[in-house]
Parts: sequence; C-alpha cells; structure tokens
Amino acid sequence: MAINWFKYSSPASFYLLAGKMVPVFVFISVILLVVGLYVGFFVAPTDFQQGEAYRIIFIHVPAAWMSMFLYVVMAFWAGIGLAFNTRLSSMFATAIAPTGAMFTFIALWTGALWGKPMWGTWWVWDARLTSELILFFLYIGFMSLQAAIDDPRRADKAGAIIALVGVINIPIIYFSVQWWNTLHQGASVSLNQAPAMATTMLTGMLIMVLASWMYSIAVILKRTRVIILERESHTAWVAELHKKGAI
Amino acid sequence: MLQGINLACIRGDRELFKDINFSLEAGSLLQVRGPNGSGKTSLLRMLCGLSNPAAGEILWRGTSIRSLSGDYFAAVTYIGHLSGTKDDLTVIENLRISSALAGSEISMSQASDALKHMGLRGREALPVKVLSQGQRRRVALARLLVCSTTLWILDEPLVALDVMAVKLIQKLLEQHLQRGGVIVMTTHQEIEVTATSIMQLHLA
Amino acid sequence: MFMWIIKRDLLLAMRRQSDVLTTLFFFIIVVSLFPLSVGPEMNMLRTMAPGVVWVAALLASMLSLGRMFSNDYVDGTLEQMLLSPQSLSLLVLGKAFAHWLVTGVPLVLMAPVLGIQYDLPTDALLVLTAALLLGTPVLSLIGAIGAALTLGLRGGGVLVSLLVLPLYIPVLIFGAGAVEANMAGVAFDAHLSLIGAFLLVSIVFAPWAAALSLRVSLE
Repeated sequence: MAINWFKYSSPASFYLLAGKMVPVFVFISVILLVVGLYVGFFVAPTDFQQGEAYRIIFIHVPAAWMSMFLYVVMAFWAGIGLAFNTRLSSMFATAIAPTGAMFTFIALWTGALWGKPMWGTWWVWDARLTSELILFFLYIGFMSLQAAIDDPRRADKAGAIIALVGVINIPIIYFSVQWWNTLHQGASVSLNQAPAMATTMLTGMLIMVLASWMYSIAVILKRTRVIILERESHTAWVAELHKKGAI
Repeated sequence: MLQGINLACIRGDRELFKDINFSLEAGSLLQVRGPNGSGKTSLLRMLCGLSNPAAGEILWRGTSIRSLSGDYFAAVTYIGHLSGTKDDLTVIENLRISSALAGSEISMSQASDALKHMGLRGREALPVKVLSQGQRRRVALARLLVCSTTLWILDEPLVALDVMAVKLIQKLLEQHLQRGGVIVMTTHQEIEVTATSIMQLHLA
Repeated sequence: MFMWIIKRDLLLAMRRQSDVLTTLFFFIIVVSLFPLSVGPEMNMLRTMAPGVVWVAALLASMLSLGRMFSNDYVDGTLEQMLLSPQSLSLLVLGKAFAHWLVTGVPLVLMAPVLGIQYDLPTDALLVLTAALLLGTPVLSLIGAIGAALTLGLRGGGVLVSLLVLPLYIPVLIFGAGAVEANMAGVAFDAHLSLIGAFLLVSIVFAPWAAALSLRVSLE
C-alpha cells in the first residue's frame, strides 16, 4: 500500500479520488442498511417489556451515536484547517455539518416516537434527549455562521473557532444537563437503562451503525466534491473538466 | 528593511495582484499607485500584518513579519481609511488613548503640543464628532508626531486636508525619512517630498 | 494597557449612558412580563423566580454584545487595537471586563429588587445576587467570542444569539440551581463553586479565542 497521501490533499486530485470512492460507499451502505433493517425488524425477537415499539432503537441509537461522533470529527477537521491552513480539511468540516445535523434531528425525532408508547408523551426532559437538542443548536449555529460569511476563507476559520469552542463545551454541557436532570427527576425513566439485549438485537444495531458510517462517508465525500467545484470554479482544472463534459 | 517577495492578493474569485516585489532601505518612501479597486488598501493592510498574502512573504529586517508579530507591530504606525478616532471622546483623549494602545503612553503636555502643531489649538477639549472631515484627519495624523515607530504605512493621508495641512504633512514625512524611517503610502496627489529614494509601485 | 482599555470603554459608556440604561430596563421589563403572562399566584412565582431572572439576565447580556466590538470596528479603532504590540488577548479581556462593569453589574444590583417582586426570601435573594455576580462575567467572556465572530455580518445580532445561547446553558443551570437549592434547604455552595470554575476557565480561554476570532474577522 504505497499511496501518496499528500497527493490527495490537493483539491484537484482529491476531487477525482472522491469521485471514484463515492459509488463504493453508497453500495456498501445500501447493502448494510437493507440487512440491518431486516435483522432489526424481522429477525430480532420482540422485547417482553417494550413490545414491538423498541425496534425504533435500530434507527435511534445509530443516529444518536453518529450525531456526536460527527461533531467531534467536524471540529477535528476544522481545527486542522485552522492550524495548518489546509483548505481541504476545512471543506471537509463544512461538508460534515449538514449530515451531523440530520442525524441529530433523526435522533430527536425517533426519540420522540419512542417516548410516546414508553412514557405516554412525545417529549420528556431526559438528560440524553436534552443534550441532543443542545447539540442540534450547536450544529445550527455552525452552519448559520458559515452561511452568513461571504468570504470562504473567513467562513472556514470562523466556523473552526466556533466548532472548537463547541467541542470543549459539549462535555461541560452534557454533565450540567445530567446534573440538572438528576436534581429535577420527576419520572425516573431514562433511555440509558436499555433492556438486556439479545445477540440478534446487538447484531442488528451494529450493522445499522456501520451502515450509518458508510452513508455518512458517501454523502460527505459527495458534498466535499460539490464544495471543491464551487470554490475552485475559477481555476484551470475545473475549466478543463467542464470542456471535457465531465461536470 | 522592508521587503515584499512575490506578493499576491485574492479577493473572492478575483486575483487583485500578483508577483509584487519591492525592497525598501532606511530613508526611502514607496508610493503605491493604481486605479480604484486595484488592491492598494489590500496591499497596505497586508504590509501591516492585518491580513495574510495569498502567496509570497513580507520581511522586516530580514525576518518574516508573521513570526515577529508583536515586535513588528511595535515598529509600525498605520493610518488607514477609517480615522480610528472615537466620536464621543475629545480630541486630546483620542490622541492619548490611541497612543497608549499603540504602546507608547504620552503626557498631557506632549499631546497638546502635538495637537497645536497640527493646527488644532483650542479644540483639544471638543468631542471629535463636532469636527470637520479635515480636522478629524488631523487628529488621526497627530499620532505621527508622538509615535516613535520606524515604518509608517499611510492610506491616502492627504485626503480632505487643506493646502496648509498638506504642506505640514509633507514636511513631517521628509523629517521621518531623514531620521532613517521608512514610509509606504498611497495617494492620488503628487507628493513633493525630497528624499534619497522615492519609489513608485503601480498596481494594474 | 489593560487599564487604558477599561478606562476608555467606561469613558465611552459614560458619554452614552442611554445604552447602559436600555439594557437594564430590558432586563426589568422581561422579568416583569412573566407574572402578567402566567398569573400572580405567589407560590408559582416563587418557584419560577430564579429561572426567570437568569434567563432575562442571559438575554440582556446577549443583546448588549453587539456594542462590545462593532462600534470600534466601524470607526477603525478596532483595527488599531489589532496592531497594538501588546497581547490582543489581554486587550479583549479588558474589553470583556468593561462590558461586564457596564452591563453585568447593573443587572446584579437590580436582581434583588426584582426578586422581591417574586416574593423570594432574603437568603434566596442573597444567593441569587451572589450567583449572578459570579455568572455574569462568564456571559460577557463567552459572548466576546460570538461578538468577534459575527463582526460586520448581515444579521449579526440574531446570529450571535444562535452561537452563544447554547454555550450559556451550564451557567444558567447552575446559576438558577443555586437559588433553587437554597430555597429547598439544600447546600448550594457546590453550584457556586462550579460557576466559579466556569469563570476561571473562561478567563483563560475565552479572551484567546475571541482575539483569534477578531483577527479572522478583520482579515
């Protein structure tokens, strides 16, 4: 495996590499998604406490994990872009944000759907759900800030600062919310007390997590490609692609 | 002392200039010329260290200004398009505060001497908002009298000034060059400054 | 130079006292609106009081963030500050401190009076004031980052709220929590120590991040 990684850190060559990689990841993610959903909805046994409603965790849990992972990954790339002035890493960060926000939204939505049969209400101020809501605000803040800035270099750097400030704050926010939650505990139901899981449940969930990863990589690569084209539209190599009819 | 190597500037998608090279010794003046929108102000802001060039490097006494940062700022006075004065503060407060923030505190008498020299006698205690455009410019330029920096970067310093004030400033520039200072400035007017070396840089 | 920047910002605030009073009256009005919207039932108001006062303080402090850098940005004095040979972080710390003196301290002083409106007992009033005294400087410091990032942007005022309000949440939780704990007869010193810890952390990191943001915004 003698790949020259530095070669791919230039937007032009990364554009071509990503173009080849996207279909591969789309393919893998579709397969995993179909298998994961099949295992989750048909193979896994019915939970004796929660009935069929528990099956939402096959979407809820992977989405919640991804939403948190992606914020950290986003802050990492944004930070690299800020520290080393590498354009591609900043573009990565920008491309990750909408996907992360989407997973946060899915986690909230499915959390509400789960809550209705479990607690008889769409929303409880559970520590995890509340933290997820705040994470959603952080994503929205990052994206709004970048959208409000016209100059892409300033947008990259400003976004990086707010993402890093956010990533330092997430643990603090999480522990504050948890503390607040234990102080004001009305109904003592919590999402972290997952029932003992059957092996098939666990398998289904892990497959879904993998599917989410593959999906995220595919979408993020695709979005990075679009951002590269947008930013490099005045350069010679994009003009050449255009001439060849490749865009 | 001040050296620009292959400087380039990109604003949005447009390349304003590239491959700008110059080298200034002690006692020399660089006049940057060019039509509106050619990047004169962008170049000056780069030389101050406010923005980074898209390509190339700026050296001060042989060292990159990016690695010097604070030490470089201590050697530079920049007077830009914006006056850098607060409307609600008086003339003398403005001068004393801006000098202090630039790293050289000055006494009341030093400040009022400088203002007197700039033709602002009797206006020291007025808030800047009641002054005319030309008088505000004089307040901003008064900093040149009290600073002890080597490199002056001036963006259109003569704009809005009357004939007397233009003469005064030109004399000030001459004295600075004789002391071994370096000046980079933009102006649309012809400047009558006698100095050992006056260079011109044309931006297309 | 630290002293100069504080002196300067206080002088400017003195010359424009109406700005300071606007923030204070905003705080008073918001707090007074709640009894009108939920009814004057004293027991309910007493439970709500810490939260209401804190949320109003958050909003008031946030609304005044626009003034921290934007006036200096418009007239070019901020540009000059960036060219200062002294540390920009120190300068930002000075500006945040001045911002707190001008907007935070009046809120702290007014809070006990508003607490009386809500029939808070005396010791709860003291805890509320102490928590605000420790917490409001954190708001100014974190807010400085948001204000610096949104400098000169369209709709910067609304944007800054999106950026900083989520970051204010820990202060809000422990600030209001301290008063609630006191009213419930439990120890509240842990809450106050935590806000104190937030204050220390933000004194160290926030000026640095805000200084970096200013350089990015003015480039």
